[in-house]
This record gives sequence, structure tokens and C-alpha cells, in this order.
Amino acid sequence: MPTKIRIPTPLRKLTNNEDVVEVSAATVGDAIVALQSRYPGIQERLLDDTGAVRRFVNVYVNEEDIRFLQNQKTQLKDGDEISIIPAIAGG
Amino acid sequence: MKALRCRECGREYPLVATHVCEFDFGPLEVVYDYGRIKKSLTHEAIQSRPHSMWRYRELLPVAHGPTVGCQVGFTPLVKADRLAKALGIRECWVKNDTVNYPTLSFKDRVVSVALSRARELGFTTVACASTGNLANSVAANAAAAGLKAYVFIPADLEQGKVVNSLVYGARVVGIHGHYDEVNRLCAEIAGKYGWAFVNVNMRPYYAEGSKTMAFEIVEQLGWKVPPHTVVCMASGSLLTKIHKGYQECIKLGLAAEAEYQIHGAQATGCAPISIAQKAGLDFFKPVKPNTIAKSLAIGTPADGFYALKTMKETGGSAEDVTDDEIREGIRLLAECEGIFSETAGGVTVGVARKLIASGKIPARDAAVLCITGHGLKTLDAVNGAVGHPREIKPSLREFEGLLEAESLSTVNT
Repeated sequence: MPTKIRIPTPLRKLTNNEDVVEVSAATVGDAIVALQSRYPGIQERLLDDTGAVRRFVNVYVNEEDIRFLQNQKTQLKDGDEISIIPAIAGG
Repeated sequence: MKALRCRECGREYPLVATHVCEFDFGPLEVVYDYGRIKKSLTHEAIQSRPHSMWRYRELLPVAHGPTVGCQVGFTPLVKADRLAKALGIRECWVKNDTVNYPTLSFKDRVVSVALSRARELGFTTVACASTGNLANSVAANAAAAGLKAYVFIPADLEQGKVVNSLVYGARVVGIHGHYDEVNRLCAEIAGKYGWAFVNVNMRPYYAEGSKTMAFEIVEQLGWKVPPHTVVCMASGSLLTKIHKGYQECIKLGLAAEAEYQIHGAQATGCAPISIAQKAGLDFFKPVKPNTIAKSLAIGTPADGFYALKTMKETGGSAEDVTDDEIREGIRLLAECEGIFSETAGGVTVGVARKLIASGKIPARDAAVLCITGHGLKTLDAVNGAVGHPREIKPSLREFEGLLEAESLSTVNT
């Protein structure tokens, strides 16, 4: 099941400047593991020491914040898109 | 300005248009050479300069002085005796940014800094994700500076705020979604196009502009930090920058060391920071906003974590108020002080009232209320809730009849 992951600018150095990467994964957590195996080092940018998503990283599946879904346990289906986005100041 | 530094891990970056740490996505902040600033930024130096926020220019992140928004700031600090009485506190002050120049909100402060810095960095197109006030300010200041502007807003924004962006010739894009969705899209757009997004890649510079509200409060109180300051929270950035502004005043010897508390105000319909603070948590859970205070409707507040930290460090509290309490707050400020605030100010007044009633702000103390935007921008929110004009024919008899009916009804009630 290919899932598209949109890579934010600060992480593209790790993905050879790819802005969209496709992985096969059943959950968001699995997708991060898959990302890590292809681009070593990317996991520690996204997750803290306890394995939780870092405070200033927002992860979305099809435009929905995973904190409104099941966080890293959120199930993925064919054609889902994950966006990884830094938090932004207000307006 | 010396560098940009990550607030989380301390890694340093050059002074370019970038906003997050490549390592942990922590927000980047401008680092200053305070030793050097202390030599030139004295009371005398400041007081000899024009009445604008740029009188504190050493503490703002531009290399060569402002080129956009040179007249912004130095808004009145109003001694609000009638409001103090209504709220049940000894002394109350209103920092009145409803009359900020040119677009009647505190956002003119941050935009003045962001666009001045954007020009220094060579940008010709500026943009923002906005709940309305920021869009107005980017549109107006970009027009005056001859910059091209794109502003992205939730499509359901108050008409006043939409027109107030369009009139300056900015490209206004209404997004079908709430602000957090606008924000997410803008983060993706900012990564793709080479624009200066004031609250994305220009954020480290932009956010510093909010400190000037604190500098002005301190100067206008006779170089004193007030014991209590009540600030509304959307992303939570303003609250953290007021704290930073007070800290800088103390650090530079502009104000005496003082105990102070900073309190945060939200609308109950979008209160992720207030809920977390009241529960004693140091992290918040995102919410889906539903409130008339649209300028505060950010369910995933980027500076929520630091806002909670600031309140904890200063011993401040957070509270939230319902839509009816917001309208009541707007009325109270208008009837007591002749200041017409947008919904966010109604939130601040309503929360101040609650914090005073509960003793979290002691009645014997003094408090400053930061009022951040003008009521003419959110007429829809109070239209119908503030009464209607009584209509009569152009006849003296009818007018006197009206007066009589009014005096009777006053006597009866």
C-alpha cells in the first residue's frame, strides 16, 4: 500500500532533496520506520527520546492532524497522504 | 542581531529567512548582543526619539533600521478608572492597540519588522497565513512599500477583515477550512515559493515586533513593569514576547527588577492553552475552534508550549470566556472607556474580570489589559447585541415623548 509522504524543507537534506517520498506502511508509526530505513537519521528529527512525535512537529494524514486521529497508530489505506509540517506562529 | 538560535536545542543559524531548527523543528529566535545594546539604549536616548515602536530599534531584528511602518506603535496606555471600578480592581490600564497605525491592530508591529527585514533580505513578494488582522496589516504595509502581497485567510472570515485586505490590492486567497488548515497549506506553499511569509519563514523577525508592546507599557508607566498583564492568546506568541520584552527592560536596566505575572486569555470555543494551564499541564491538546473570536481561533497554537511555560514562570493564570461573555467584555470596555475593541479584546476584558473575581489577580493590585484590535473590524459579532437606534419623525414632540418614556422606564427599573 503506497503512501505519499510530503517532506518539509528542513528535512530534504536527508531525502536527497525529494519533496515527496512513497513508502508502504499500515500505520503512521510504520511509515516513519519505513522512512528511517530508507533515509537513516530522519526518525530522530521527528520523534523525541520517548518515541513520541516532537513538540514542534505536526503530522497530518489527508489534511487531518494525527492528534485528532490515533496518533502514530493511525491506520493508512491506499492513496493516503502524510504531511509533516513544522508548527507556525499565529495571525 | 548576532544569529538565529533554536529555542529547543540551542543550535545557531545565519540571519536569513528560515524559521525552524533543521534538527528538531524548534522555533528559531534572534540573538542580540545585550552588552553592546546597553551602551546606547538609555532612557535619554529612547525619549529623544520619535513616538513609534522604532524608538527601541536596538532590540528589533533589522540590520539598517526600518523601511516599512516607521510610524507604527506608541499607542496610548489609558488609565482606565471606570473599567477598574467595574472589574473590582484598584488600578487598571488599557494598552490601546485598537488605534495602532495603519490597520488598527497590534499586528502592525510585527509586520513592520517582518517587511523591513524582508526587504533587507531582498524579497519583493510577501505573504501570510492570517485570521484577519495580520492579513490587513501585510496588505496595507506591502502596498505602502511597493511589495507584492499574497494573504491567505479562512474563507468564512468577518467581511470587515476581508474588505480590509482587498482594498490595498493584495491577492487575497480564502481557504475553505479553519486557520490551522490555512497554516498547514501556507507552510507547504512557503517551502515551494521564494516568498517572505511573515509568519512562516520570517517568523523569528516578525515575532520580535510584539515585544514593543511591552517596552511601551514599561515606558508609559514611568519605566515600571506592571504587576499583572492580561494578554489574549491565539498562537500564544504575543504573551511570550510581552514577557521577553519585560525581561529585556530589566536586563538592560531600563526598568527595576520586579515581580510580575502574565495571564493568558482565550475564548472557551478555542481554549487549548487555557485548558492545559488550568489542568496544570505543560503541553496542550489541539482543538477544533468554534468561537466568535475568530482572530484567536487557532486550535494548534504554535507557541502554546512556551505560553504555558511563561505563565508558569511568572505565576500567571489562564482563563477562557464564552461568546456571550466576549460580547459583554466588548460592551464593558466601550461603555467604561470609550474604546471599541474587536472580539479578542472582549476576551481579554472578560478573562480579566474572571481572574479578578477569583482572586488570581488581587483586587488591591494594578493590571494592564492588552487590547489588540479595533471593533469596527468585527461588527458582525456585536451587531444586534448592543441595542438598536430608536427612530422617530423629525418632530420635537416625538422626541420629548421618547425622553419621557425613557425617564419613566429608568424610574421603573
